[in-house]
Order: sequence, then structure tokens, then C-alpha cells
Amino acid sequence: MAGKLRTESAFANPDEFYDTLISAHRDLTEAQSAEVNAKLILLLANHIGDLDVIREALAAARESV
Amino acid sequence: MGSYVYPVFEYKRCADHGLARPARHPVVVVGGGMVGLTAALDLAQRGVRVVVLDDDATVSAGSRSICQAKRSLEIWDRLGCAEPMMAKGVTWQVGRVFWRDREIYNFDLLPEGGQRFPAFINLQQYYVEQFLVERLQETRGVELRWKNKLTGLVPRNGGVCLAIETPDGPYDIEADWVIAADGARSTARRLLGLDFKGRVFEDRFLIADIRMDEPPFGRTGPTERLFWFDPPFHKGDSALLHRQADKVYRVDFQLGPTADPELERQPDRVIPRLKAMLGEDAGFECEWLSVYTFQCRRLDKFRHGRVIFAGDAAHQVSPFGARGGNSGIQDADNLCWKLALVIGGLAPERLLDSYDAERGLAADENVRITTRSTDFMTPRNAVSRAFRDAVLTLAAAHPFARRLVNSGRLSTATALAASSLNTPDGPGFAAAMAPGTAAIDAPVRIGNRSAWLLEMLRGGFQALYFADGPLAPPQAAALRELRTASVPVHMLAVVGPAAASVPDMPTLVDAEGLIAKRYDARPGTLYLLRPDQHVAARWRRFDPSLVDAALCRATGHT
Repeated sequence: MAGKLRTESAFANPDEFYDTLISAHRDLTEAQSAEVNAKLILLLANHIGDLDVIREALAAARESV
Repeated sequence: MGSYVYPVFEYKRCADHGLARPARHPVVVVGGGMVGLTAALDLAQRGVRVVVLDDDATVSAGSRSICQAKRSLEIWDRLGCAEPMMAKGVTWQVGRVFWRDREIYNFDLLPEGGQRFPAFINLQQYYVEQFLVERLQETRGVELRWKNKLTGLVPRNGGVCLAIETPDGPYDIEADWVIAADGARSTARRLLGLDFKGRVFEDRFLIADIRMDEPPFGRTGPTERLFWFDPPFHKGDSALLHRQADKVYRVDFQLGPTADPELERQPDRVIPRLKAMLGEDAGFECEWLSVYTFQCRRLDKFRHGRVIFAGDAAHQVSPFGARGGNSGIQDADNLCWKLALVIGGLAPERLLDSYDAERGLAADENVRITTRSTDFMTPRNAVSRAFRDAVLTLAAAHPFARRLVNSGRLSTATALAASSLNTPDGPGFAAAMAPGTAAIDAPVRIGNRSAWLLEMLRGGFQALYFADGPLAPPQAAALRELRTASVPVHMLAVVGPAAASVPDMPTLVDAEGLIAKRYDARPGTLYLLRPDQHVAARWRRFDPSLVDAALCRATGHT
């Protein structure tokens, strides 16, 4: 299935992205982290603004769960 | 420790004992480990007399730093001791990463061939130090003083006074310059009362060096680095397996923050872990067991007047990435040509501040990169672990996630991009070999002989001129002036396979066209390279006044 979701690496410095993501959760409780993650997904999903892409990403994320 | 017989170096009472006025030496290196020995060799080959003090009389106890990177091998080759290391070491370039029971990712650290040295060899630190000592013993101008323990370090008389304890009692010497390469628990650092700040990591790790006659898991192919996240044989934590010389294997188990170091180092605890990994019937002998924690920290400044810190004495990183020993070798490479010029009166003292700036940024980079690796490998809370495990799950199917899998980002030459010694790049060059970058190797032909580019770049400043014919008379005159200046520049011509050699210049034939490609060269392009083979400047044409200006800048004059 040739979808619209791109899963090639997009960041020039992937480790810096990952560090930024993990650092955003520093000193938060688990509940606070879950809240941050939920807001983050909503913000990014709106930024993407393409429901086909989001459906594909959701399917990929649910796989093997 | 079975497989290696430790050499015992002879202690001799030195002539500096019992003098009314302490003897004065140009350079004293404190610490005869990989970094101190490399620095001593580099300085001696530049004609600077060196005394090395070491509180022991043998090489590294234990295999310790085992992954020797391509850049370190290139530096040691310049110093004439890479060959025995290559002969003894185990070459590798591919790493495989497993999660639970399957491989999710592999990486090739040297996808591009046409270079003399591999991405890595694995060679126990004791062998590295042994080969360095053997090379030093045949080098003039170096005195190795074993069982000489530093006990005092005080600035005095425009230099440094060192108090030393020996089997024959104490004595003092003075030095114009001291290189403190005495390791993570540096005595020199303590004697100067310097802070060593950074981050302590709580997780404990177990190193087991074991000897096996048969390769593990029936893996008879090329040597590869194997790393597991949460494997069935060591649930919840990570493990690493690496082959060294003499059929010795390094196994590294993450133990978590609550492990008892005394208990975990006992064979009755270690052997069951190894059997779970390698199989009940695997035959192995333990050579060295050690439980460690680590810290990422550095001195604020590497230069303190006439005492200059290098290697672990100056900075410490997490071991995942082989950036400890290898960054120390790059420190020595960076420092010694500068110190030799300053001692020779050919450069101002502030050139040494560029050592602090360049290698300080390198240390920051190494701390940052190894901290990220450690954070990935040892997630500190539930959300970090959830993201980590999500990355590992997605990695099998999605390329972007593979790039995020971090089991250590392995050491390469640090590009000194922000250095004040660099001449800003002109327009129109590809980024790869920008000023500050360490020169990349390529095959060359000289007459009928095959050779390597880096073996032609030895000693002092060099220029690589991608010739488009003989030089015009004014340029030829400038070339002769450059060659005989107080800080000389030796120019090498690079030509294509079909071109004639260039008069009055050693000519390298770019046999496979790889130099032109890797250096983004066109006819007329000129690279100025520092004595440590890093690019100082590059241009699309040979303008002698620009070369002069770049040389002044690269030697700290401007």
C-alpha cells in the first residue's frame, strides 16, 4: 500500500529531536506527561491537517499494540 | 588475567635526584597512558625534548578503552606506530542492534571505502600502550620515568615546579610546560584544586572480558558490534558484545542503579549471566571483571597557565560511543604541534588558547552525544521508556525510527568548525571538507607507487594544489618562499591520472578521482592543511597573499 505517510527520516539531526522531546517531559509526573503528549499530538495533527495521513499514522501506531 | 603478559618497565634512578637547583625541562607529561604517550611521541618527533612521569611501571590494568577509531589510527600512523596495532587488532565497521529477540537495525560506520584505515579496530588498551612505549623507546629526546609519582605542582619561575616521589625518595624538577594526562582521577587536577563539574549517571554496568575459543552464537563471519535492548537473557536492561584481540570478548551488561558493585563482580554472579547469554555449554574463561558507573564532566578550561590538561584528566564521557580514549588522542594531536611552535618561538602563546577552544568544543560535543546515548539506553522514567520502546517497535518497519535508535554514536574526528584558526570559507564549496574538518584519506599514486593521501600529509603545514598545469612564475617564486619560511608550508600537487606531473612539486596522482570528489576540487583549487591534518583554509585559486594570511591566522598571529 503506497500511502501518504512519510516514514523516511526527516530531521537533519534526529538525536537532537529526540533529546528535545524527552527533555520536554523532565520533572513531570506521569499524568502530566500524558497530558503533554495528548496536547502535542493534537497540535501536530492539526498542523498536518490531512486526515488520510493521520489515519495511516494511527494504523501504524496501533500495529503490534 | 590469562591472555596477556604485562610488561614491567624498568625503574631507573634519574639524574635529576639530589640537585641543588632542580633541573629544568621543556615539557613534562604527567601520565603514561594512551594520551600522555601519544603526546610525548608527537612532541619528540617535532624535536621537543619530553620527560614522561608515570606512577606505575606497566601498561593499562585491564582492557579498558578497546575501540580505536579511524582518526586515532591515522594519528598513530603519522607517529609511526599504527602497523603493530592493525596487525594485532580486530577490524570492524558494522554494528547490529537487537530488541528483545530480533534484530531491528544495523549500521555501517565506513560505507565509503578508499581509505587506509577501517572505521574501528578493537584492541585492548594495554596493547595500545605497549606499542606506544615500544615506539617511544626507539625515539630520541624522550625519557620515560616509571614509578615517578607526582606529589606537588606549583607555578614558579615562569614555568612549573613538580615534586615527585620515587623508590629512591623525592625530588623536584621544573618544566616550561606540563601536559597533565593523568586520567579521570588526575592528581594534577587535584593539586591545582580545579573543579570537575558535570553529570553523574546512576546506572551501574558490568564489564566481563572473557576468552572464548569458539565465536559466540556460531558467528564465524566478520567481526561486528552486537547490542541488545531488553534481550531475553538479560531482561529489562541492555547488553553489548564486542570482540578484541587474542579471542577475548568484551561483554557489557547494564545492571541498573541499585546493583551492588562488590557482589556483582563475583564470578558466581557473573558466570550465570554469561551462560544465559552465550548458552549453558559455551566455553569461556573470565579475564577481567569490573563494575562501573560513569560521569559526563569537564574542566571549565583545559589550559591553566603552563599546565595543559588532555584526555580523561580534562573531560570524561559515557563509554557508549568510544569517545573517551579517542577524544584524548585527538587532544594530543591538536595540542602538540601548537606547543612545539610556541616552544620554538614561532607562534605566540595564545595559539595554545585555541587548543582549549577547539578541544573544549569537542568535549562539549562528546558530552552531549554520549549523554543522549545514555538517556536512550537507560530511560529514567516511564515516559522516557515508553518513547524508547515505541522507537524500538517502529524501527523494524519505519526508517525514521531506525535513525533514532541510539546504542552509542561512535567516535569520528571532530570538525573544528567554529575555530578562530580557520579562514572563513569562500563561496561555492561543498560543505564536506569545510575549514576545521580533518582531512579525509584517499588512494594516491606517486610515480609507480601506490600510497595514501594522509601518509603524504606529515609534519608541518601542507598545501594541496589541484594543479591545472605548471605554476606561473610569480606563483612559483611564492611557492619557494612558503617552503623556506620560518613556519614552512610544503605544497603537494594533485593531478588526474592522465596529467603530467607538476614541476618543482611532489605530485600525487589522484588515481581513482576520489581526492577531487571528496575535496570538491576543480583545477586551481588549493587547500591549506594544519600539522594535525585539519583544513585551515581553501580557495579556488592559488593566491600567495591569501595563503600567507591564512597561515598567520592558523598559527595564532592574527
